Amino acid sequence: MTKIKSLFISLLLTLGVSTAIAGSHGSTHDLVKDRGKLMCGSNTGLAGFGAPNDAGVWEGIDVDVCRAVAAAVFGDASKVEYVPTTSKVRFTVLQSGEIDMLSRNTTWTLSRDVDLGLEFVGVNYYDGQGFMVSKDLGVSSAMELDGASVCIQVGTTTEMNLADFFKANGMSYESVPVETNSEADAAYLAGRCDIYTTDASGLYASRAGYPDPSAHVVLPEIISKEPLGPAVRHGDSEWADIVRWSLNAMIIGEELGINSGNVDEMKGSNNPEVLRLLGVDAGYGAMLGLSDDWAYNILSQVGNYSESFEKHIGPNTPINIQRGLNALYKDGGILYAPPFR
Amino acid sequence: MQTSLIRKIIFDEKSRSLLVQTLVIGLFALFIYLIAQQTAYNLEKRGISSGFDFLNISAGYDISIRLIPFTSEDTHLRAYFVGLLNTLMIAVCGCILATILGFLVGIIRLSSNWLFRNIAYVYVEFTRNVPVLLQIILYYSILLNLPKIKQAFPIFNTFYLSNRGLFSPSPIFKEGFSIVFYSLIIAIIFTIFLKRFLKSKQEQTGNQYPIFFINSAIIIFTPILFYYIMGSPLEFDHPVLKGFNFKGGMVIRPEFLGMLFGLSIYTAAFISETVRSGIISVSKGQREASQSLGLKSSFIMRLIIIPQALRVIIPPLTSQYLNLTKNSSLGIAIGYADLVHGFGGISLNQTGRAIEIMLIVMLTYLSISLIISLSMNIYNKSVQFKGNA
Repeated sequence: MTKIKSLFISLLLTLGVSTAIAGSHGSTHDLVKDRGKLMCGSNTGLAGFGAPNDAGVWEGIDVDVCRAVAAAVFGDASKVEYVPTTSKVRFTVLQSGEIDMLSRNTTWTLSRDVDLGLEFVGVNYYDGQGFMVSKDLGVSSAMELDGASVCIQVGTTTEMNLADFFKANGMSYESVPVETNSEADAAYLAGRCDIYTTDASGLYASRAGYPDPSAHVVLPEIISKEPLGPAVRHGDSEWADIVRWSLNAMIIGEELGINSGNVDEMKGSNNPEVLRLLGVDAGYGAMLGLSDDWAYNILSQVGNYSESFEKHIGPNTPINIQRGLNALYKDGGILYAPPFR
Repeated sequence: MQTSLIRKIIFDEKSRSLLVQTLVIGLFALFIYLIAQQTAYNLEKRGISSGFDFLNISAGYDISIRLIPFTSEDTHLRAYFVGLLNTLMIAVCGCILATILGFLVGIIRLSSNWLFRNIAYVYVEFTRNVPVLLQIILYYSILLNLPKIKQAFPIFNTFYLSNRGLFSPSPIFKEGFSIVFYSLIIAIIFTIFLKRFLKSKQEQTGNQYPIFFINSAIIIFTPILFYYIMGSPLEFDHPVLKGFNFKGGMVIRPEFLGMLFGLSIYTAAFISETVRSGIISVSKGQREASQSLGLKSSFIMRLIIIPQALRVIIPPLTSQYLNLTKNSSLGIAIGYADLVHGFGGISLNQTGRAIEIMLIVMLTYLSISLIISLSMNIYNKSVQFKGNA
């Protein structure tokens, strides 16, 4: 009889646990506050976008979005735990609730936004898929790539763009699928493939780490639109708003000329939008469920978009990317944030 | 009445155990049902679509290692079959190579030659005790350091070895080749009957016939004869270095070779131990008895020792085959396009149907494993001791 009793008890316990799991989907914002840190899904290592530096501290423009959200929620940009994700598992990790947000050079597409239960909240880098080849192949255009072997990361939009591009131009290729960026680098450098294709930003980042970066060239053709941005789970609009406006605050900061150096001076500005952004005019933080100095914290601790860009991937870094499309709309780019009012 | 029923349930061992077992099964079914229900509910709540309709959507990606034609416009269902065939190919090739290598090493380990015996010993201990994933990556890395494609190493100016694979001529079958093929099949069927006939004759008369040589000659020379009668209906398409890659011919990719070496060398170490223990398990008296009958030593091994050893070898050999087949899912580590890599990886990522795809993949592995077990069990029955001891 005791056997039956213990069986009953254990079954009741399992049932209890499974209902408890089902019931625990509260607001992500509350969950983050209770935990005391933000769980942010990052790349496994892509220089300039999301990678640990020599001291083991995560850095990059994707990482800065995580830091901005932590600054907005906690007033402390360092309260982030980074969860490195491969391109294959990133959505599952987000869906399962293991991370609160994903900021990992991820392309915003319809099927991901709608079918995977995700919510993309903005774009922090406008990218497009490119090709990198070794200079000594003497190739100057992607139209000359018929019959080549192509290294490609699995589980990405690049895979489908590549198939479409070669098909549309009547060319054949051999795909060499690899799991991570570093495996792709290894296979490309070993000569297993002629071409490495991924988002152009990723190519620049990879090339910067090669033994002889000048021996490789990124071809001029960009074959796709790849708007990269942070994503959260679908169905929690309050949390999506916080992440969206943390990113927007960085962009608006650049627009208004506020950076981490002058943010305290700017509190005395006579531009009403600056005063609203920095929380001198109260009330906007409360709409998001945050303190009024949330954007002040972002700009003083993380800096504006331009600072983040120049520090991690700009022309003065080894990655050496021009602002291009990612300049503000008034400087010839398409970076644009809705008004702060 | 009622009390006696309760009394019966509590004190009668048979009905009590029946009740408990029904209860446990019922609760287990309920448990599974609740999990499924909860999963469906959670998926719906998170806005994740589910269902099997994705199988008919075009896959949108290409697979280079494939046995049947596949383009990015084909469906996910076809991608599944491409992956399944690749899994079966590596499993079958791996099992064959592992068996040959395993039997060789197992016999060498019993050899009286100190050097051979100990080389085999070191090989077995090393490969058995290093994770197979590391071995696969090791062989793949070595293959990646072969000459680059432009400096491909020619073998007899027919085969070319490079870090993109081994390129070889591919056969083109012209009209009339089917007759050569049918002649081979007829020759094989004929030899089977011939073998039976000669065996029964041997039992009647005691005369021995060189069955093996006669049959080999028939199987080899019949197709060759028909090949020339039909006017050599076979040509070869030779690979030629053109642009980035070799054009024409066939290629064995380094991903496949890496998997094949990794899996079969690892599994062969286990098989060799199985073979060694099988041979040792045959009692010494058997060998001594056959020696005293004056049998040749090759006959002793083939007719006396091996048949008895097989009874011990087959069951653990089955589980090695199962291990190899399941380990083939490690192909994902080096980009071998097996079931887990293509359908279970890329399709999963493009469609987001994790539960459906994993269910399909798991059921597929289960079916493959059960088929291997079943056929090995049938073979096992055929080699077991027959008689009414």
